Amino acid sequence: MTAAPTLTYLQAISDGLRSEMRDDERVLLMGEDIGVFGGAFKVTEGFIEEFGIDRVMDTPLAEAGIVGTAVGAAVVGMRPVCEMQFADFVSCGFDQIINVAGKMLYRQGLPVNITVRLPSGGGFSGGPFHSQNPEAWFMHSPGLKVVAPSTAEDAKGMIIASIRDPNPVIYMEHKHLYRRVKGEVPEGSYETPFAARVAREGTELVVITYGAMVHTALEATEDLDGASVMVLDLRTLKPLDEQAILSAVRACSKVVIVDEANQTCAAGAQVAALVAEHAFEDLDGPVVRVATPDVPIPFSPLLEQAVLPSVDRVREACSQLLEY
Amino acid sequence: MATSSTAAPSGPSTPSHSLPEHLTLDDRVGLLRSMLLMRTIEERAMKLYRQGKVPGSFYDGFGQEAVSVGAAWAMAAADRLCVLHRDLGAHLVRGVAPREILSQYMGREAGITHGRDGNIHFGDYRTGCVGMVSMLPDMMLVAAGMAMAFKLRGEQRCALTWFGDGSTSRGDFHEAMNWAGVQNLPVIFVLENNQFAYSTPIHLQFAVNPVERAKAYGFPGMSVDGNDAEAMFEATRAARARALDGRGPTLIEAVTMRMHGHAAHDDMKYVPKALVEEWRKKDPIDRQSARVAAHGVDVDALKAEVREQVEQAAHTALAGAMPDPATAIDRVFHPRDADEILLEDGAAPWSGFTLTPPEGRGSR
Repeated sequence: MTAAPTLTYLQAISDGLRSEMRDDERVLLMGEDIGVFGGAFKVTEGFIEEFGIDRVMDTPLAEAGIVGTAVGAAVVGMRPVCEMQFADFVSCGFDQIINVAGKMLYRQGLPVNITVRLPSGGGFSGGPFHSQNPEAWFMHSPGLKVVAPSTAEDAKGMIIASIRDPNPVIYMEHKHLYRRVKGEVPEGSYETPFAARVAREGTELVVITYGAMVHTALEATEDLDGASVMVLDLRTLKPLDEQAILSAVRACSKVVIVDEANQTCAAGAQVAALVAEHAFEDLDGPVVRVATPDVPIPFSPLLEQAVLPSVDRVREACSQLLEY
Repeated sequence: MATSSTAAPSGPSTPSHSLPEHLTLDDRVGLLRSMLLMRTIEERAMKLYRQGKVPGSFYDGFGQEAVSVGAAWAMAAADRLCVLHRDLGAHLVRGVAPREILSQYMGREAGITHGRDGNIHFGDYRTGCVGMVSMLPDMMLVAAGMAMAFKLRGEQRCALTWFGDGSTSRGDFHEAMNWAGVQNLPVIFVLENNQFAYSTPIHLQFAVNPVERAKAYGFPGMSVDGNDAEAMFEATRAARARALDGRGPTLIEAVTMRMHGHAAHDDMKYVPKALVEEWRKKDPIDRQSARVAAHGVDVDALKAEVREQVEQAAHTALAGAMPDPATAIDRVFHPRDADEILLEDGAAPWSGFTLTPPEGRGSR
């Protein structure tokens, strides 16, 4: 690794994809409008010029088709990376992910090396079909890994690690981070491990979260009357980095868990269960959750802001727990 | 060149008995032997099921043996197959051992899935086969994806999958047919029309026979007598040649009849008895037996040999251990540092491959 230029989160994903495509001719990108158009969010802009129409494949509008054919290509030696145009659309390819890709190794001893990229998250008046955070759907289903980077550096390192991982990996990329988050991103090829990361050290309370909410949590706890607040960025949701979670809880004794996803059975619910089961004695207060209530994500800005976890909501939750 | 539908339950006409151009007598006996093996294994397994040795339920392909055996016979070692639940013959042609299959049915450690999945829900990756999932026809897309990779890499290889009449109603049928047509893929879709999806007859499944739809996706569809192993072989051989020639996919409708219930528990009372009796006269094994007997082959001796082979296999399988419960949570993820596992080449017994070198794989 040489000098580290500053890239946006989106540029970092592109950089990782490009790096891996140059290094490994088995890597193949598949998705709707990813070729000539460069993708709905321009993650693959310019790729078709460098890699050609065979490796940057504009597919029919068929999510089951994208995932199902990717599985077939994978078991004969390709390493497909599928783009769902929006994470929401993965529901149309759900069966192929859950029943074909996720269970192949367990049943037949045949690994399925595919990566499925899900541009997720709300905050843009995308409405009920362009704003979802469906990571828990996949956490619940055996045989799938689920990752959700929050920084540009991790976005690149985790897309490379996802492609190299021999299992199906659901790569959650939050749309809110695409152009807002920038950071130094090492040049060349590197992998970010599927493990949690301490985004900020602290001793009095830990906010456990992932994806866009890492930045919300950092902002919310930057100045809480001098309180020392840790922020733990999970980065990987399946498998969860249980050691890192339990270590953080033991160090801080107070826990706020933040999900942008709908509350019931969200990733944070699993974290809360883990803490209750294995760190009960270490707690100095109730486990507090901040998440989106169980409603579809509404369109109109004021309605959307009313449901998504905000800096203020996270700050309020942390303040109350600190006083407990 | 879609032909008119022959999917009416009255069934197809009897094909010509002239000597087939691409089959030797050994091939013709091989087809019979594989069909006999399939039927004998399934009959033995049904007995084991009734004795309580096969957990869950049991599904067979009695009367449909020609569909899988005939099609699989035309496939090369480097080709790849996605196999359906009434297609045991394909696994046998590709080289899966009868004892492994009987172990599989009984949930034993020596089964292909080591007890992790039941009955014919298996594919032995060492033979180039992927097993089905219960959501039909998901494997049409997987087969299309294999063909997509072959085409991208410029390889002279082909993928084939079977699926049933019921599954043509689902969206994956459309997505796979469309995808294969758009990308002109070297894939063969074998529609196994056995007249019933569980209890639902085909007239409640589609208004237009799906073989007619192939044309709308930009490639040919044809109806073949699914109870004739040689006709199935020939249709598949021609479709494969077409695929390797860069001319894209083919839909083959194998017209056949499900002679047993959907599974062991199903008494099939919704099927008119006369219909079953009519199809019994078209039994694929009887037909192939008559052909080779006319050439002096001792079919009774062949049947006895197969029976003995299956008995031995059952004996071995019954002596095999059940899986260790402690392994039930193993192998959900493949370790990063483990060897890469891909589908491997299977057996390809057709004389067209064994007497002359098969079409080689192209380099990338």
